[in-house]
Amino acid sequence: MGKYNALSIFWHALCRHKYWQRVWRDPQPKLGYDAIIVGGGGHGLATAYYLAKNHGITNVAVLEKGYIGGGNAGRNTTIVRSNYLLSDNARFYEHGMNLWRTMSQDLNFNVMFSPRGVLNIAHTNAQYDVFARRANAMCLNGINAELLSREEVLDREPIIDGSATTRFPVWGGILQPLAGNARHDAVVWAYARGADQLGVDIIQNCLVTDFIHHGERIVGVKTTRGDIYAHKIGLAVAGNTSCLTSKLGVRLPIESHVLQAFVTEPYKPLINGVVTFGAGHFYVSQSDKGGVVFGGDIDGYNTYAQRGNLPVFEDVIGGGLALMPCLSRLKLLRNWGGVMDMSMDGSPIIDIGPVDGIYLNTGWCYGGFKATPASGWCFAYTIANDQAHKLNQAYTLNRFASGYTIDEKGAGPYPKVH
Amino acid sequence: MREHTEFTYGEDANRQKPEIDAPIEDWNTYIYERDNVAGYHMEYWHHAFGCRAWIKVKRDTQTHAILWVGLPQENPEIAL
Ligand SMILES: Cc1cc2nc3c(=O)[nH]c(=O)nc-3n(C[C@H](O)[C@H](O)[C@H](O)COP(=O)(O)OP(=O)(O)OC[C@H]3O[C@@H](n4cnc5c(N)ncnc54)[C@H](O)[C@@H]3O)c2cc1C
Ligand SMILES: [Zn+2]
Repeated sequence: MGKYNALSIFWHALCRHKYWQRVWRDPQPKLGYDAIIVGGGGHGLATAYYLAKNHGITNVAVLEKGYIGGGNAGRNTTIVRSNYLLSDNARFYEHGMNLWRTMSQDLNFNVMFSPRGVLNIAHTNAQYDVFARRANAMCLNGINAELLSREEVLDREPIIDGSATTRFPVWGGILQPLAGNARHDAVVWAYARGADQLGVDIIQNCLVTDFIHHGERIVGVKTTRGDIYAHKIGLAVAGNTSCLTSKLGVRLPIESHVLQAFVTEPYKPLINGVVTFGAGHFYVSQSDKGGVVFGGDIDGYNTYAQRGNLPVFEDVIGGGLALMPCLSRLKLLRNWGGVMDMSMDGSPIIDIGPVDGIYLNTGWCYGGFKATPASGWCFAYTIANDQAHKLNQAYTLNRFASGYTIDEKGAGPYPKVH
Repeated sequence: MREHTEFTYGEDANRQKPEIDAPIEDWNTYIYERDNVAGYHMEYWHHAFGCRAWIKVKRDTQTHAILWVGLPQENPEIAL
């Protein structure tokens, strides 16, 4: 399959687009592989790609119960950032930012990475102090952050309500200028194509239902397309992780919750970067097609239904209108939900175990899209070397028992508040 | 029939609080680990914007269907 470039587009256009080929194969599952990755979201596909590319492990299958990218990878609001306070998170996510910057070139696929800036608005003096602390911590970790005055915020995003009578006046903001958005589906397809070209089998419509034991070890998986064996099995199934580990008799520090997102009809350029409201939960950006994409809080109760309820819908829209009243004129096109793997400290788990032969990648809460490249990179390293990379060595499963939780907000073991 | 907005979600009602002098592992299990079932889930809800009572609800986490509602000390008489 050829490389994508301007010349190939020109040539295919001349041929009336008759000769484009499928982007990845559709193989039958083999009986065995060196490694199996369960879950064909961004993380699973990135893991398979880096196993093949960085570690030379190409005899790999990605098993996806539906179609790749049909889970949270295809449902998120595409915000990519590394504006974290705690060093373990900052270093991990900044590694991700470095991978994002070169992803389109590395994968020869336009993932439309757009570092348009992520701006968090502060509405009080106290909130501004907290932001300043975070900005300083970011700078200490080598991540560029800028504090903006009220005027600078309103200048950057003119549709924010800057009037004297607004309920939550803008005090200032923190900007990560090199953060932004990427095209979520393209990321999935790019990693799928890259992995496939290196020999990875991407097997769709293949639900993993159970594990195959050999003594204390797991040596394979039972699936709706037959038994498949491998000595290394990585789980990257986001909100469905507890369902799989329950088959291993393991309970996780995870609850599954639904997060909703929304998009309006396409509109002329309205919002320049990514903006988050500081007095409620609302974040927004505008897609390249013009749709205003936004989201807010999780619904707040355990669920595996990929749909939410109207009270949160109303709450999110209310937050949006408080910040940007002109949004009330836009028509909503679609609304959907995805099942989040909410961890007990708000940080992820990339670890070996909990059973021999199993590797765990979970706990992304609602920030796992931006982690896609770093997560795949670190998970592949961990699976290949049977040892965590220093970038993910804090993301262990036993950190809860040992007291080394990584809790950005200091919110405690309540998944619904992370 | 009450509005959803009158209630806030509490937590999994099957968690058993260990004795105060129980080993640390039991406390770890209690505080951090969850069954997180896909299916019937026994859970607490707070009638926060109503009579302020806590209630126990058996709900299907895959469909949101509510199968049983009672007070915290109650349990469904028949297995649902
Ligand atoms: C509405 C919404 C907004 C979000 N916004 C952002 C954002 O702005 N920025 C950000 O960084 N993150 C965001 N996220 C979070 C992000 O989308 C997720 O953390 C991330 O996509 C999870 O990793 P993934 O892509 O591998 O997951 P998924 O795409 O969910 O991949 C998991 C896959 O596993 C498959 N699977 C599950 N069980 C099995 C099984 N038993 N057998 C086989 N396959 C199985 C599923 O079908 C699925 O395709 C958002 C999420 C949602 C829902
Ligand atoms: Zn009541």
